[in-house]
Amino acid sequence: MTDWFPSVIQACYFAAALLFILGLKRMSSPRTARGGIGWAGVGMLLAVAATLFLPGLKHRELMLLALVLGTLAAWWSGRRVAMTAMPEMVALYNGMGGGAAAAIGGAELYGYASHVVHLLGGGTYAVAGYDPPSTAHLALALVGSLIGAVSFSGSLVAFGKLQGWLDRRFVFAGQRTVNALVLIAALAIGIWLVVGRLDATAITVFFVLSLALGVMMTLPIGGADMPVVISLYNALTGLAVAFEGFVLGNETMIIAGTVVGAAGTLLTQLMARAMNRSLGNVLFGSFGVASGEAK
Amino acid sequence: MLDGFLALYIFMLAAFTGYEVIARVPVILHTPLMSGSNFIHGIVVIGAMIALGRAESPLEITIGFVGVLLGAGNAVGGYVVTGRMLEMFRASREKRS
Repeated sequence: MTDWFPSVIQACYFAAALLFILGLKRMSSPRTARGGIGWAGVGMLLAVAATLFLPGLKHRELMLLALVLGTLAAWWSGRRVAMTAMPEMVALYNGMGGGAAAAIGGAELYGYASHVVHLLGGGTYAVAGYDPPSTAHLALALVGSLIGAVSFSGSLVAFGKLQGWLDRRFVFAGQRTVNALVLIAALAIGIWLVVGRLDATAITVFFVLSLALGVMMTLPIGGADMPVVISLYNALTGLAVAFEGFVLGNETMIIAGTVVGAAGTLLTQLMARAMNRSLGNVLFGSFGVASGEAK
Repeated sequence: MLDGFLALYIFMLAAFTGYEVIARVPVILHTPLMSGSNFIHGIVVIGAMIALGRAESPLEITIGFVGVLLGAGNAVGGYVVTGRMLEMFRASREKRS
């Protein structure tokens, strides 16, 4: 590998981050909005191309296969869907992004777990030649996975609701308490994975709980509030991407994810305000009957 | 590996950037902007590619493969849908003016 090659990859990543921010800036003004997505699109192509040439990666043929399959499916579905169905398509693609962030966390965590040997009397040592992850890496991989998985399953439920597949609101007494308990259980397992032992079964339970939380958080929310909820999950996916970007040491993911996380949070508040609702009211106020939710 | 505090600085600056960039967005652009930012976090696809490229066991390879598939869907779907929304936006504006 020649000396200049890694610099070219880094330059592509830098340009991608810059193009994302400029593209988002242009998209926030009516006159320049159409061009903005093009700028961001160039950034995405640069980043993906750079990653394909990143030295030291295996399974490049699988990478290309997944890229082609995912691209074809999304292109086809995005092109043929009716304009009225746009919000649920945003939910669907956002859910895929959350799922991808959770998958990164999952692959890294199972990878860590398979390299750590646990001693009978407690304590661990790493397999020879393996650099064990720092506490911060483990914690951020777990938090990113939790947020990503919640965004994944939550967005899919939102998609199903807007499609009319799940048209009833699913409400039962003590729902918020149950959701809080599921969250606490997931966090407790996460903490145990960081300070206790990194165990593959516990990682699986952690993911199941995270996915369940996303479903249960979204089920009681009515269809009219869905755009706000989708925007919230959009911001959460951005945050999950930023955390997994830290785990992988990829600055572009940290920047793009954080920018979306912050912009998405602001956008969620603006959308809720435009509906004369507060965000808390949308998320937790679903027990009363609000107008326009009968659908 | 990325230095912890350096990452924290990047995180802080990027958060302010994201907030400021869309601070004065008009209501009609809310949904296209949500869709556009949805496209931008499609950058997760490169993370999934790196995770797949590092994977060793069949389980990790499967998770990585699904991750790339989902990430590519996020990026491409987000791009197509945002493009269509903004196209419609321009058409309706030109008709009005």
